[in-house]
Amino acid sequence: MTPLLAGQIVLTLVVFAALLSSAAAMVYFERKVAALLQQRVGPYLVGPKGLLQPLADVVKLMFKEELRPRAADAFLFALAPIIAATCAFAAFAVVPFGGETTLLGLIPEGLRLQVADVNVAVLVIFAISSMSVYGIVLAGWSSNSKYSLLGGLRSSAQMISYELSYGLALASVLVVANSLSLTDIVHRQAGTWLGFIPRWFLFIQPLGFVIYLTAGVAETNRAPFDFPEAEQELVAGYHTEYSSMSFAMFFLAEYVNMVTVSAVATDLYLGGWHGPFLSDSFGWVWFLLKVAALLFFYVWMRWTLPRYRYDQLMRFGWKVLLPLSVVNLLVTAAAVLYFGL
Amino acid sequence: MGSETLLFYAFAAVAVVASLLVIAQRNPIHSVLLLIASFGALSGLYVLLDAPFVAVIQIIVYAGAIMVLFLFVVMLLNAPHEETDFDERVHPLLRPGPMRFGALLAGLLVAELIWAIDRGPETVEFANRSVSSVAEIGQSLFTDYMFTFEVTSILILVAMVGAVVLARREEPDR
Repeated sequence: MTPLLAGQIVLTLVVFAALLSSAAAMVYFERKVAALLQQRVGPYLVGPKGLLQPLADVVKLMFKEELRPRAADAFLFALAPIIAATCAFAAFAVVPFGGETTLLGLIPEGLRLQVADVNVAVLVIFAISSMSVYGIVLAGWSSNSKYSLLGGLRSSAQMISYELSYGLALASVLVVANSLSLTDIVHRQAGTWLGFIPRWFLFIQPLGFVIYLTAGVAETNRAPFDFPEAEQELVAGYHTEYSSMSFAMFFLAEYVNMVTVSAVATDLYLGGWHGPFLSDSFGWVWFLLKVAALLFFYVWMRWTLPRYRYDQLMRFGWKVLLPLSVVNLLVTAAAVLYFGL
Repeated sequence: MGSETLLFYAFAAVAVVASLLVIAQRNPIHSVLLLIASFGALSGLYVLLDAPFVAVIQIIVYAGAIMVLFLFVVMLLNAPHEETDFDERVHPLLRPGPMRFGALLAGLLVAELIWAIDRGPETVEFANRSVSSVAEIGQSLFTDYMFTFEVTSILILVAMVGAVVLARREEPDR
């Protein structure tokens, strides 16, 4: 086995473990930030500063009984959480999170910090995120419960509506970068304008960034767009009938999806792993910081904004966000054609 | 046999078996899911043909967008079983009007398939160009295949108009 291949295998395992633990870290982070915003203390009993709380939650979930409604479609009921979790993890495979590194000279060739370098990476992410809706829809349908079904229906309607704006925001970046590869897109953002403004696509595509973030929140079913699980109306929406580890898989999928959306936003708009002070092989530190900032933004938004009404969500998606993203794409394409960015 | 041939047969088998199972299901939701599996296998075939762009588009457009809409409609109707308003024991060719037409079309399809398989393999270079480049696909779509492309869009328009006509409720007489 060549050192490079071994490095890649280790990298794959590290990314998987990191995503798993990022979900646990996010649970703690979310509860602590929520507590901060609501002037509470948050979890503090389990471990120092409550740091072991996610671990305790996992243990609790593992020892709970696995329940299934008698009239449920057994096969699909079991399949749905697997689809949700698989899609969440699979999308991260094509996200580059750092430049080439030799692990401090441990391996002779440079190892690129990306699990799979696909030349249509942006589209792969879009494809996987559009597949992840099946996990939720099938969970809703196979449970054979009205709350679950309503949650699943809402979720599919919501995801179809916001996927369009999401895709058009991605397309605008592709037009600017003139490439479908995320690695290329990040490389285009190296360097600075006038010596101090980083060449991030955020400054070329400010509207696109806002559209991407908004649609991203809707795609991950987070507040203020968390209709599929609006507890006041639908108990818990699509995962009402789930318990134990199959519930945990939906939970995991939601947090991993958040991390993926933030990581892709970092690559597309915030210059990926490029940043001052650090050499290219330590660029992943910048990447982590940027992703953490975006994740904080997500949590902050959830605990600040109340949930919209369902018709407001639909009206906003089709009558505001979609026209804006079409205009954004047209203006971008015209500008690229005319000025040749 | 190389690994690519093995993968080809694996994907092809999944595509064919899943497609056959689509029409063998009584539950429409299961049919939809099997169709998605079939599309996934087709997308794998495209990857083997060194056309990753087409493979991903296949997933986005068919498995991702169109089938979600399908599933949505099926769930909204919430039809647990297909309803048939004819006697299922009667042979398809002896059923009234539309059913007989459907059976005829199916027979035609079988005849065409036999003809196509009988013709044997035929290798056509994709205009001597690579299919992996997105720009190339766009170029040929809007030059060489312009007519087909536009006709397909008219087909979709026809389907849309048809759906509107079918879904329109008759205005009550005032």
